[in-house]
Amino acid sequence: MPETPAFQFVNLRQQHEVAQLGMWVFLATEVLFFGGLILGYSVYRFMYPEGFAEAARHTQIAIGTTNTAILLTSSFLVAWAVSLARLGAHRLAALLFAAAAALGCVFLLMKGIEYRIEYGEHLVPGYFFIFRGPNATSAWLFFSFYFVATGVHALHVAIGIMVLAVIALKTRRGAYSERYHAPATVAGLYWHFVDLVWVFLFALIYLPGRAS
Amino acid sequence: MTERNYLTEDTRIISWLFTTDHKRIAILFFAAITLFFFVGGAAATMIRLELVSPQGRFVTSDVYNRLFTIHGVVMVWFFLIPSIPSTLGNFIVPLMIGARDLAFPRLNLTSFYLFMLGGCVTLYAVFAGGVDTGWTFYTPFSTMYSNGHVVLAVVGVFITGFSSILTGLNFIVTIHRLRAPGLTWYRLPLFLWSLYATSVILVLATPVLAMTLLLVALDRVFGVGIFDPDRGGDPLLFQHLFWFYSHPAVYIMILPGMGVVSELVAVFSRKAVFGYKFVAWSAIAIAVVGFFVWGHHMFVSGQSVFAGLVFSFMSFIVAVPSAIKVFNWTATLHKGWVRFDAPMLYALAFIGLFTLGGLTGLFLACLAYDVYVTDTYFVIAHFHYIMVGGMVTAYFGGLHYWWPKITGRMYPEYWARAAAILIFFGFNLTFFPQFILGVLGMPRRYHVYPPEFQVWHVLSSAGASILAIAYLLPLFYLLWSMFYGARAPANPWGATGLEWLTPSPPPKHNFEATPAVTRPPYEYTLSGEARPQNA
Repeated sequence: MPETPAFQFVNLRQQHEVAQLGMWVFLATEVLFFGGLILGYSVYRFMYPEGFAEAARHTQIAIGTTNTAILLTSSFLVAWAVSLARLGAHRLAALLFAAAAALGCVFLLMKGIEYRIEYGEHLVPGYFFIFRGPNATSAWLFFSFYFVATGVHALHVAIGIMVLAVIALKTRRGAYSERYHAPATVAGLYWHFVDLVWVFLFALIYLPGRAS
Repeated sequence: MTERNYLTEDTRIISWLFTTDHKRIAILFFAAITLFFFVGGAAATMIRLELVSPQGRFVTSDVYNRLFTIHGVVMVWFFLIPSIPSTLGNFIVPLMIGARDLAFPRLNLTSFYLFMLGGCVTLYAVFAGGVDTGWTFYTPFSTMYSNGHVVLAVVGVFITGFSSILTGLNFIVTIHRLRAPGLTWYRLPLFLWSLYATSVILVLATPVLAMTLLLVALDRVFGVGIFDPDRGGDPLLFQHLFWFYSHPAVYIMILPGMGVVSELVAVFSRKAVFGYKFVAWSAIAIAVVGFFVWGHHMFVSGQSVFAGLVFSFMSFIVAVPSAIKVFNWTATLHKGWVRFDAPMLYALAFIGLFTLGGLTGLFLACLAYDVYVTDTYFVIAHFHYIMVGGMVTAYFGGLHYWWPKITGRMYPEYWARAAAILIFFGFNLTFFPQFILGVLGMPRRYHVYPPEFQVWHVLSSAGASILAIAYLLPLFYLLWSMFYGARAPANPWGATGLEWLTPSPPPKHNFEATPAVTRPPYEYTLSGEARPQNA
């Protein structure tokens, strides 16, 4: 689409570099944002190892694992789509971006089903929270972290889906080329990051207490 | 006069509200933070008025708690943090590096509106009844017991945090990628090194505050219990997370001031800054080491003695780069052609006041002494010497220095010098007695106190009234100068930086042609003549 750079840049290459660096700096911010939460989680998991292990066994590992596979696949599709968009294969690239966004929607749907199950099992911290045994207090904390972390992550996924949808439309219109593809690359970076956060959350939420 | 510049380009209100020009956004920020400065200042005035009498007759303790909370929240997040970066930085950074704008002009405007949204939410919290937690929002008081509008205030600060992040991100990318040809890192003016270091902190520390405040709000609204001892949570975790942001934030509030002073000292001594590379890297060192000292806010919180020792040691270490700066500014003055224009008066005041604030910081870094003066007026005096004596003074120095560039008009020198001197005396009279009060044992955040402290409080309040007038003066004469001041030439101070190449005020896209840089900054001949960076 734009063959000339925006007014503040000398050329398209500079514009591309700026977009990339901007996204990396933003992702650094995001690392620290989730980092604060994961630090809190780690402190309490260290304080209440048994409670966290027991609480983690109440999570839906089948859904969690499926969701991990879904996000990893979508990340692969995005990486593929970005290189196709650069090569000029607009139709296929657009299809792949759209497929990645659709997988994001499936992820959110599964997450919703999971929340519904947890609500039914009285695992949502609040008035209806029921957890029998000596670890009720730390289970409450575990599920507080669980809902905050997955909630904030789901928000990131939702934003990512919208971004990918826009990129898919623009790709279809042939907006990107070898010369100009900064938005596609940058959106890809963001999506990979969201995926990566999930990989950490998966290990922290579903895996404790499951090894015999 | 008939020449078109960024001010006369399009004068409709709408073109200001939706501008993406960094210079206009800087002006919007100027207006906004001036408003917040006087809101925070009004709260401070009431605090000082109250403390004139030991019995606390002017306001109730409840109102007093709200006053110092408003003062702290507004001054920290809505004045000090954006003060130099979002106004002077926004205006000057692209000019200094020879760029047409910041890397992300629309993000820049977004930053301004996020700032205003956060500010309005916070102000609403104030007018809806206030917050009584202090600016630190310590748990479990803030999450469980406080009867103020904690959630609203926290949301306001949360939103403003994103404004900080966007501004920091913009500066980092701009300084990395948009420099004019020939402008290598070691040719960057020191103001840019300072802002770069500041931006790194803005980008890396602010998100931790955002997450912490999110947890506080969720704790208060839904009782998620992460900081609630009844639920197995740990209130100290809040303090760790909070200070992990808020100590580096102290450097957000001083590094830009140091950058301004580096510029001023060079120009008004007609000499290169002594030890340029040391001053430059000391800014980075402060930003990095500043991330590892937060525990010195928690010496009496019950953290382990070992942690206390490490944080104490690191706090002494962070004094080294700060001292390097002070020594190098002083060495720059040596055998220079020192001129005492108003900006230089502010710079000299900064060096003195910052040194006093910094040295008393060493007292507080010392474990044993800190236990003695924790939560006393000694601490209050210490950080006001840094924040007000340092940052606010530097802000005024920078504002006067770049005023001709920003408005195209000279400010009235006589009045400016008078205000600078008045600020210096008013400031010292306000805050020096507070050191003494602190050592005598007067705790902070109390609105009634034993009568033997009264004399120091009265002195302090007297100083505050001088300070209030001194801070009002620039508001009047600077506004006056916008319409009646003498026309400013492109380079009224004979400075070397790229920002002085372009007319005052600059045209919409800053430069006719991108300047090519051939020299380091601050080159002056032996007779004090400037050798511009592009010549």
